This record gives sequence, structure tokens and C-alpha cells, in this order.
Amino acid sequence: MKKRARFQEFCELLKENKLAVAGFIIFVLFFCIAVAGLLLTSGAKPVIDPAMVRLEEKLRPPLARPNLEVLRPDQIPRLNIYLLGTDDLGRDVFARMLQGAWVSLTVGFVAVGISVLVGIFMGGIAGYYGQSRVRVDQVLATIVLFSGAMLLAFGLRDAGLVLFIIAAIYIFSSLAFERVLSGRHLPASVQVLFRGVVSIDTLIMRFVDVMLCFPSFFLILTVVALLPASMYNIMIVIGLTSWMGSARFIRAEFLSLREQDFVTAARALGVNDWRIIFRHMIPNAVAPVLVSATIGIATAILTEAGLSFLGFGVPPPHATWGNILSDGKRFIFDAPWLTFAPGLAILIVVLAFNLFGEGLRDILNPKLRERY
Amino acid sequence: MENNHILLSVQDLHLHFRGRRQLARVLDGVSYEVRREETVCLVGESGCGKTVSALAILGLIPRPPGEIVSGDVMCKGKSLLRLPEEEMRQIRGKHIAMVFQEPMTSLNPVFTVGDQIAEAITVHENVDRAEIRRRCVQLLSDVGMPAAAERLDDYPHQLSGGQRQRVMIAMALACNPEIVIADEPTTALDVTIQAQIVSLFSELQKKRRMSVLYITHDLGVVAGIADRIYVMYAGIIVEQGDCSDIFRNPQHPYTRGLLDSLPDRSRRGEKLHSIPGQVPDPACKPGGCPFHPRCNLAVDTCRHVLPAMCDHGNGHLSRCPVLSAGLGKRNLRHVADYVE
Repeated sequence: MKKRARFQEFCELLKENKLAVAGFIIFVLFFCIAVAGLLLTSGAKPVIDPAMVRLEEKLRPPLARPNLEVLRPDQIPRLNIYLLGTDDLGRDVFARMLQGAWVSLTVGFVAVGISVLVGIFMGGIAGYYGQSRVRVDQVLATIVLFSGAMLLAFGLRDAGLVLFIIAAIYIFSSLAFERVLSGRHLPASVQVLFRGVVSIDTLIMRFVDVMLCFPSFFLILTVVALLPASMYNIMIVIGLTSWMGSARFIRAEFLSLREQDFVTAARALGVNDWRIIFRHMIPNAVAPVLVSATIGIATAILTEAGLSFLGFGVPPPHATWGNILSDGKRFIFDAPWLTFAPGLAILIVVLAFNLFGEGLRDILNPKLRERY
Repeated sequence: MENNHILLSVQDLHLHFRGRRQLARVLDGVSYEVRREETVCLVGESGCGKTVSALAILGLIPRPPGEIVSGDVMCKGKSLLRLPEEEMRQIRGKHIAMVFQEPMTSLNPVFTVGDQIAEAITVHENVDRAEIRRRCVQLLSDVGMPAAAERLDDYPHQLSGGQRQRVMIAMALACNPEIVIADEPTTALDVTIQAQIVSLFSELQKKRRMSVLYITHDLGVVAGIADRIYVMYAGIIVEQGDCSDIFRNPQHPYTRGLLDSLPDRSRRGEKLHSIPGQVPDPACKPGGCPFHPRCNLAVDTCRHVLPAMCDHGNGHLSRCPVLSAGLGKRNLRHVADYVE
């Protein structure tokens, strides 16, 4: 009963922010449409076929009735109407939009999921273990590990595997048996190897800075150009280039949470580090990440649409909002619905996520509440 | 024979915090022991190392900057300082539990009270949910929480300070520890609740037959519950002994100062006594007896040599040669008058 009180308070605060409610409703609608789109347009014999080519019926305007005389019975659209018209190959734009909605939804959520997970992991380590130092030997071992991985990637299987395994075993054992391998009994010249050079915090946060320096869209373009085109590669690449924000949020929260009394109290009860991080600290730290994730979904959808527009996205027979837009731009004066339908859809969805995200931020951050 | 009763002992513990420029000698050779089923009080002003020594027992001193230079903490014949982290974790909460000073911040705001008490049980024992729930209710009612079963689903912000402190105590008791360290559990509470919590502690101690190490700066609290008292000042123990010895026959000027600072009904209207000066900064402690700059009995040797413990019988020890030498027998309210 009491558990619900918090949720109720949340709902009431949300209700006050009309724009956020609108954003939330559109988000739910979009979700339903995307799921319906997946169900209706996939399978061997889809209910609404987005790939059905009707060359007799090309560039029909929205709400046009199909010309039953020229179509074979299996070509007739299920609704007996072209809700959003047809494109230059006579494919039903409505069906293609439905298919594209699912792509946008999954790309948005999976990419942001990846970025939040990576962000929490990196930020969590930087915030919680940040003060410990990385030793020279560990840095060297990591370099060997990476070169092993590179050799593996370029096809030198044996040499790569040997380097990779040796480095992995060394890193693992130096972390697991810290006392044994602290190198105290070794001569001074070798002990240099065991000196801590740089704190983990510096290492991770400077890496974040480096990642932020890249113009991310061009980085994504480069990587996508190298990788085989598929929806999953795009999700992963977008996810791996957008985790820096949440890593910074989590680190900042962890730095202050680590000093809180309840963390010491939990430790005094014998709770181990992982449990403290996942059960005690992350629930206290996710609020800002949640907000940036909601807005991040909008960004990911935009990025995916941009990639598809440029032809680097999901490969062509599959429809996405980006490539519908891209196909339609040649006919923008003859058939404006080909560009307007996906363009408006992207606009509305991205706007909805942004509004909802900002609403969430106002609710989750009590300091901002009083302004409205 | 005597030794068998000692559950926990801190032996000549030296603990330093190393800063960039300076070294803070927070503990300078502290020794105390807790016997079975006894309440030991550690008394002293803020900043004299009481809490640090308790955290050192549990191995919760962050290292660096903390650094245990020498000394040991023994619990039932095992050295806690040398145990690997994993075994130390088994001891925390299960054998030695701790109640913290600030009930406001020591509970995690995003979990219900029940979840947090249950956590202590799940970490150490393998029991099913219904059993955990039953034990949580039992624990909460043991610590005197009204309507325990309903309070279990409350969040910490829905409870008052006293109730939160009761929850903290319930968390500490969850696995039936042999020793509970209570670190100023009543400081953040108002006076009536303080009295309730203190009597709760002595009641629980008797009922559960556990030992309590009670850390406080308030001698008034101590009088009712302590079996033995250790008075700490600037990282050393200055006086130790049975509760009655300390109160009737204090043998260190610092202890006398603390006792004189207590408000007393017979001295109504008089100005409240206070010890002049402040606890020295652990980074630059005075040489010799650390109390000498504030002491009105200090003689020249006090400035150079840290006095050894003088025995007054019945385990009553103090670190003041001046008082022990001659003035100790008389019960003095203002020792200074006699000296000058």
C-alpha cells in the first residue's frame, strides 16, 4: 500500500505538466503502432505487405482507392485504400511506415539500452573504484590484450590467441591474488613495474573526454561504412558512441553516494561491494540517467533516420522512416506525401520523447519543481 | 581463566591518516576490551578517535588515507586486521554489528524498512522469504516499534528519528551478533527519545545476552547502563575502570572535567562548568600528556613524558601521576584550588 504512494505522487506531478503527458501519450501510441507494425508486416504472408510492388499504381496520392481493374487479387491492399498513398514502385506507404516504426522503436531502445548499460558500468567503476590506481604491469598487460585482439581480428589466429590468453590470465590473476603478486619481494628495478601510475577514475574519465571529442555522427558513419549493413550493427554502434553522458552522471552520483552513511552502514552489515553498487547505489543514482536516456532515445531515432537517409542504414528492401524519406525526396514536388509522412512521424516522435524526458527531469529533480 | 570472557580486544592500536602535507595520528595506542555480556562505554569529546576505533574494529577505515601502523584487534582469538576481506565480511553484521550515529542518513532512502532489515539476514543466512518476513516483524517489535508489521513497508522518510534509530538497531540485531557497537546512537535524537533508546539498549543486552560497546560523549547516558567505562582523549585511553569507580573516584583531570560539566540539580543557578580549550588537532598534538594544555594540574613532566597507567585497584587505571601521587583520595570538585 505504501509502495504505491510514491508512484501516485509521481503521477500527480506528471499530470501537472501537460506537455509531458502529451509526450507520454504519443510515446505509448508510437509503441503500440510499432508493435502492431511488426505483427502486421512481418512473416511469409504479411497482413499488410510493405514490399508488394504494383507498377500500375505508382505515386497515388493519400486516401486514393486502388484501381481494382488493373490489380491481381493478391495485390489489392487489405484496407482497400492507400491511406498514405503509394511510392514510385507502387508500394503502400502506410505499410512501409508501419514497418519503419518498428525499426525506429527498436533502434531507439536497444541503442539507448546499450549506452545506458555501458555508461552505468564505466561510470560505476570510475565512481566506486576510482581512487585505486592502475599499475604499470596492468597497463602493459592491457596493451598486450588489445594487440592480441587486433591480431585475432586481422586473421592471425594463433599468435593473437596466445597473446590474448596470456594477457587475460595475467590481468585476472593480478586482480584475484593481489597480495601474492604485489611484487614486494622482487628487486627494485622490477618493482617499477608494480607502481601505480594513474587512477582508474582518471583513466576512464579521460577516455570519456576523448570519446566526446569525436564528432559522433561521422564516427558512426565511418564505422557503419566498414561494417556489413544491418539493423543490429547500427544499434550497437549508436549505443557504443553515446554512453559518455550517462557515465558522467553515474560517476558524479557515485562519488557523493559512496560517502553516504547508509553505504557505510550496509558495509558494516557485511554486504559485499557488488551488492552495494547494484542494490544501494544504482537505484539512488539512476534518476538523471533515466532522463538522459529518454532524450537519448529521440537522438538515437534521429541518428538512425539520418543514417538511413544517407543510405548507410538498414539495407533497402526493409523500410525505415529514413529511407522512405530518402526515396521520396526525388519526387518532392510530384508526390510530397512521400517526404511529409516520414518527416512528420520523425518530428512527432522525437518531440514527444524530448517533452517526456524534460517532464521526467522536472519531476525527478525536486530542485527544478518549484519553477512551474 | 579471565581471558576466556574477553570477546573483543583492541590492543595498542596506532592508526594514522596520511594527508598530502601532514600526518594525523588519530589513534595513539588505544587498548580496550569487551567481555561477554557486558556493556562497555567509550567516552570522550568529539574528534578524540572513538568512532575511528570502532570502524577500525570492523575494518571499515578507508585505506588509503587510513593506515594501521601497529597494534591489533582480536575477536575470539582471531586477529581481525589480518583476516582477508571475504572472511571479514562474514564477521560484520553476523558477529559484530554496528549502529550508526545519524539515523536520518544511515538508511537507504529508496528501500522500505523491511527490505533493509531483510538485507542483513539474506547476506548472512539462507532462509526463505516468509521466514525472513516473520523475523523482520519480530525484530521490529523487539525494538519497540508499534504496529511492526505495517511499518515494515514504510520508507525511511515516513518514520520519525527515534523510529529510524529503532530500525537501525533492528538491522544490527538481525543476525544475533555477539557484539553490538553503538556509535552515539542517541546524539541525533531529542532527550525523551534518548532515554527510551538507552533503556532499549540495556534491555536488549540483557535479553539477548550480548555485549555492547557504547560510544558516547555524554557521561550522563553512561551512568545508567555501563559496566565498565573507558575515557578517551586525543587518541589515547586516559582512564578506565568500573562504572562506579569512575563516577565516585575519578582519577584523571579530564574525567573530572567531564563529570563537572554535567548539569547537576544541587548546583542550580551556578555557571555550568566547562573544560577550557579544545581537543587538539590530531595532526599537531602537544607532546607529553596530550591533555596538559587544558589541565590545571599540569606539572613540568606532563609536558614531556606521556604518563603511564597508574593502577588504583579493581581494574581502575588512569594516566595521571599528579592525581595518583597524593590528591587522589580526596573527592575534589575543584582540584585547582588545592594545587595553587
